This record gives sequence, C-alpha cells and structure tokens, in this order.
Amino acid sequence: MSRLDGSDLVNGPSSRSRAGEALLDVRDLKVTFRRSGGIGRRASRVPAVQGVSFQLRAGETLGIAGESGSGKSTIARTLMGINQASAGSMRLNGENVGALRGRRLAEYRRTMQMIFQDPYDSLDPRMKVGETLLEAISLRTTKPTDPKRAVEGILDQVGLSRSFIERRPRELSGGQRQRVSIARALCVDPRLILCDEAVSALDVSVRAQVLNLLKDLQEELGLAYLFISHDLSTLRFMADHVGIMYLGRLVEIGTRDEIFENPQHPYTRALLSAVPEPIVRDRSTRLPRVRLTGEPPSAANPPSGCSFHPRCPMAQEVCRTVAPPLRATTSGQDAACHFADPVLVPEPARIGADA
Amino acid sequence: MSEALPPVIGQGVDLAATDDDRPMRAREVLRSLRRDPAAFVSLIVLLLIALIAVLAPLITPHDPLQTYNDIGLGPQGQPLPPGTPGFLLGTDALGRDVLSRLISGTQVSLVIGIVANGLATIVGVTVGVIAGYFGGIVEAVLMRITDVVISFPILLLCTALIAVTTRSTTNVIIVIALIYWTTLARIIRGMVISLKHREFVVATRTLGVGHLRIMWKHIIPHLLPAIIVYATLGVASSILIESALSFLGIGVPIPQASWGQMISDGSTYFQIAPWMLFIPGICLIVTVMAFNLVGDWLSEMLDSAAPMAR
Repeated sequence: MSRLDGSDLVNGPSSRSRAGEALLDVRDLKVTFRRSGGIGRRASRVPAVQGVSFQLRAGETLGIAGESGSGKSTIARTLMGINQASAGSMRLNGENVGALRGRRLAEYRRTMQMIFQDPYDSLDPRMKVGETLLEAISLRTTKPTDPKRAVEGILDQVGLSRSFIERRPRELSGGQRQRVSIARALCVDPRLILCDEAVSALDVSVRAQVLNLLKDLQEELGLAYLFISHDLSTLRFMADHVGIMYLGRLVEIGTRDEIFENPQHPYTRALLSAVPEPIVRDRSTRLPRVRLTGEPPSAANPPSGCSFHPRCPMAQEVCRTVAPPLRATTSGQDAACHFADPVLVPEPARIGADA
Repeated sequence: MSEALPPVIGQGVDLAATDDDRPMRAREVLRSLRRDPAAFVSLIVLLLIALIAVLAPLITPHDPLQTYNDIGLGPQGQPLPPGTPGFLLGTDALGRDVLSRLISGTQVSLVIGIVANGLATIVGVTVGVIAGYFGGIVEAVLMRITDVVISFPILLLCTALIAVTTRSTTNVIIVIALIYWTTLARIIRGMVISLKHREFVVATRTLGVGHLRIMWKHIIPHLLPAIIVYATLGVASSILIESALSFLGIGVPIPQASWGQMISDGSTYFQIAPWMLFIPGICLIVTVMAFNLVGDWLSEMLDSAAPMAR
C-alpha cells in the first residue's frame, strides 16, 4: 500500500473507517527483522509486515487470519511493543503511541493487553495465581483500596473460584491457565485485548468455553479484541471484521459476512475451501473450491508483483509485475487483487509505487 | 554466601523448588541422598567442618598463636610428633599446637571460601542477569569485561592484585571475589537470554511491570538451582585459591593460621615433621572434595527435578 494521504479515502481500507471513532488505528505498519550475517552469510532484512492498515472500534472484534509466517503474530507483538515497528503509525484512542514516552507510554500500553498462545508458558510457574494477579493489579493507575478483593472479583469474572488464588500454574488445566491469563490481562482495565492464537492450544470443548467467556467479557466490559488465529471457524464465531494476511500484507479485509460469504481474493477463497464443512451444502450455494499448490514463499525473498501470484489459480501477466493495492470492491470489503471488481474503476497511477 | 554451606539442606528445601515451584520435600532430598552415599558422607563432613569452624575459639585446646618453647618442642628444639600428651596432633617448628592451628585454620579457610565466593556469586549473578536481560550495548560491555578478567591466569592476577594492596584477610576475600565471578556471569547470562523470551516474562513486560521487578521476581528465582550448585562448587575453588595464596606467602597474614599457611610452613620441615604438611593437606583435600561431591549431587538433584530454561 502506498502512504496514506487524503486521496486514499476512497481506495484505501480507511474508506470504511470514520477516523475519530477508532479505538485502535494502525496505518501502514511495517516491521522489518534484521537477520545478522555470519561468516560467508550476508546480513539480510526480512520484511515481516509490509504496510498494514486497519481500524478497530471499541467493543468490536477484528479477526486476522493467515498462514504461519504471514506476519499476523508480528502485528500483535509490535502493537504490544515487543517488536519495533520500522514504519507506520499506531493510534490508540487518538493518541499516537509512537510519540509517547516513559510513564505515559506505559499507561497507554495498559489500555492494550495481550493473551498469549501457550497456556503452559505464559504464567510464571513459580508464582501462585493470586500473586500473579496481585502483581498485575498493583499496576493499575488508580490502585484499588483492597487488592485482594479486586483479585477475587476478577477471578469471578473469568469463571474461577477463589480457591484458585492459592494454586500454582502446574495444578491447572490448559483452559484454567488461559482463564488466569485473561484475568491477568483484565487486571489493568484494558480496552483492547490482543489474542494471539489464544485458544489454538486448547481442546475443542475447552476452546468453546474460553471463546464464550471472551464474548461475555466483551459484552460486559465493552472490550475490543484483535483476534489472531489460523482457525477460520474460530474467527467466524468471534469476529465482526476479518482481515486475511498473506506474506506480510492484508490481502482482504471486510466484515465477517463479506469475507465468509463472498470472498473476493483467491487466497481467501482457498483458505475458506480448506475449512472442512460439517454440513454438506447444496452444490449451488457452495463456493467454488480452490486448491493451493506449493509452499508460501519466504518473506525474506518475496515474489515480484502480487506476492500470491506463484500459487494463484487466476494469475495473469499483470500479477507478475504489478502489486495490486488493497481497494474497495463492489461486494463491500477491500481486497488486494487485480481481478476483484473495483468500486472505482480508474486505478490511481501510483499503484505499486512502494507496495 | 551462606546458602552454599550445610544450611543449604535446611534452607534449600524452599530454595531448591523446581521450575514448577513444587517445593521439594525433605523426603525427596533424603531419598536422593540415599542413592548417593558419597554425597551423604560429604554432607556430614561439611556439617562437621562447619561446626568446627563455628565453635573454633571454644574447642581449640591451646591458643593457636602461642609458641610453647618449653613444652612444645623436643630436646633438640624439634617439633613434637602427633600423639604427644597435650599435643594430640603434635606441634610445629615454633612449638605451636597443630590441632589448635588446624581448628583455627578451618575457620579462616571456610570463612574466606564462603564469603569470597558469596561475593563472587553476587557479582556474577548481577552481571549475568543485567547483561542477558538488557542485551545490546550493555551486554557487549559487560561481557567484554568478563572476557578480559577471564583471560588472565587466576593465580597471576591474584598475585598482582595483592602485591599492590596490603596483605590482609579482607583483601584476600576481595581479590578472590573480583576474579571468581566470571564463569557464573557467563552461565547466568545464557540462562537469562533463554528465560527472557519465555512467554511469562514477555507477558509481565507487556503488563508494564518494571525491569528491576521482572529480574528480581521472574528471572532470578528460576536461576536459583543453578546458582546454588555453582556457589557450592565455587566454595571449593575459593578455598583452594586461598590456600595457594597463603602457600605463596601472599594470603592470610602470619601468624594467623590457615590451611595453606600451615602447608607452606610444613613443606619446609617435611622430612623431620611430615605431619605438619600432611595434616592440613588432608583437611584441605577432604573439604574440597566434599564441596565438589555435594555440588555434583545438588546439580543432579536439582536438575532432574527442574529442567531449567527450555
């Protein structure tokens, strides 16, 4: 995507956002990892995220899907400050997070919390559940008068009894651990929670419970979620909006129904047709099946033009040379494909300038 | 560091908690000791030695510094052999009681070994944790300093450092501490690097917990098993270094007794009074070996219970 300016209001993904309302407004985020060279090896740069923009409103869920290595976790980790962004801006509640420093930054960071993938590694094995939560709760801007009570209240919110205060992580099941992780995130009163494959490691039955808990919390507290998952059925259940990533770029983003009912990008179609359907639908309503061949290319050495073209069943000559921008389509969502029908026919001349 | 001593058993019950923070039960410790009789014997030896060191002023039969020119020396002025009435382990060339000097030397050697190594452990852990946690330029600077210190032959560096200061017990301790932290710093740094990428540390960071608290509460506790093992093994090396320095005449100042000092004295009279050399020598060997065996046992026990950083 090209840099955002006024003219992008029609073409860019910003077309669906009313800037002031967004809780989280990410623009043109780029993250590049440096790979240090060894003897006989050149140092190289791996562009993990190459210009991603999206908005997330309070109380909503944005799901992000994509293969391993597509950069979806990197986005979450960059938002949390674990990785450094190399370009782009990130506004939280209208504040440019990149411009904040010190205490203010720490405060703003708390507005956003993260739940990690591995429930067996995300809690300090040496700390009792109560200690973990007390530590988190002591970080609130306004300290609770009775932290013990506050901890009990939060445990209650995530559906764990008080007896868990004295337990240690090794005594808990995966689902219980993940509930504790959620509780820890809630301790600092966040507005936005990033769930990085938060339920992927859980059993299917437990997964449903945790997802329901997240939904309940969302209703109760008005939380927004950035929900990262490779599992499309989870996203279908959780997300209001869905973004599909391929090789560090959003290739399609729209409402859940737009994406799931009428995908425009061939990659999205391929992902969707890879989801096993429990109910066999009528042939006529079924989406055409798209099978992908080959492996996703390396982010260190992306293909020319549209990075999906080597695997795309629809690829034409133009795909090899020109990278398609993410733009609005008639069916509502934004897609980055030359053959997704554009709302506005004339393509701006600067397409592919830096994409 | 006092943890490195026999109290490790009492205190270690809590300290030696596994990675899962399962407090290690006394029963498990005992079972593990039964499987390793050498460690069991070593532990008893260490307890005895510690007891002797603590009680030293009370149990020495004579003043260790007193020269008994009249009753402590033979008719030709030669030292008395062990078994002489009044002098159980004989006397040395100046007519001092070997047993009393041995007991007093136990205290000196042990205190130096433990205090010096305790300080070295503190320095090593601090440097290792800070270097590993912060990385970047901080790590580069700290680890290059470590490399420089490590690159000198230990004894040579000790000699040089003591040569420019006055000869005193405190200086011996400081010099040993200044040199002995390097290995631990390297080991700890490596462990911290792998620990800081674990999700629970990253999660605490994203919560906004301060660096100091993360290091103190979430990183160092996971290093304790390793620290205990290296601290125990380190006491043995520190005692050896002290003996070497005293043997070379730059350790504990005379006339104070230390094992190295006594070995040094004894080596002169080796042919007429071999006990002067052998008795402190055997004590030194036994103690160092006991520390090493206990260290090995601790490392095995803590390791099997706590697979550290993955």
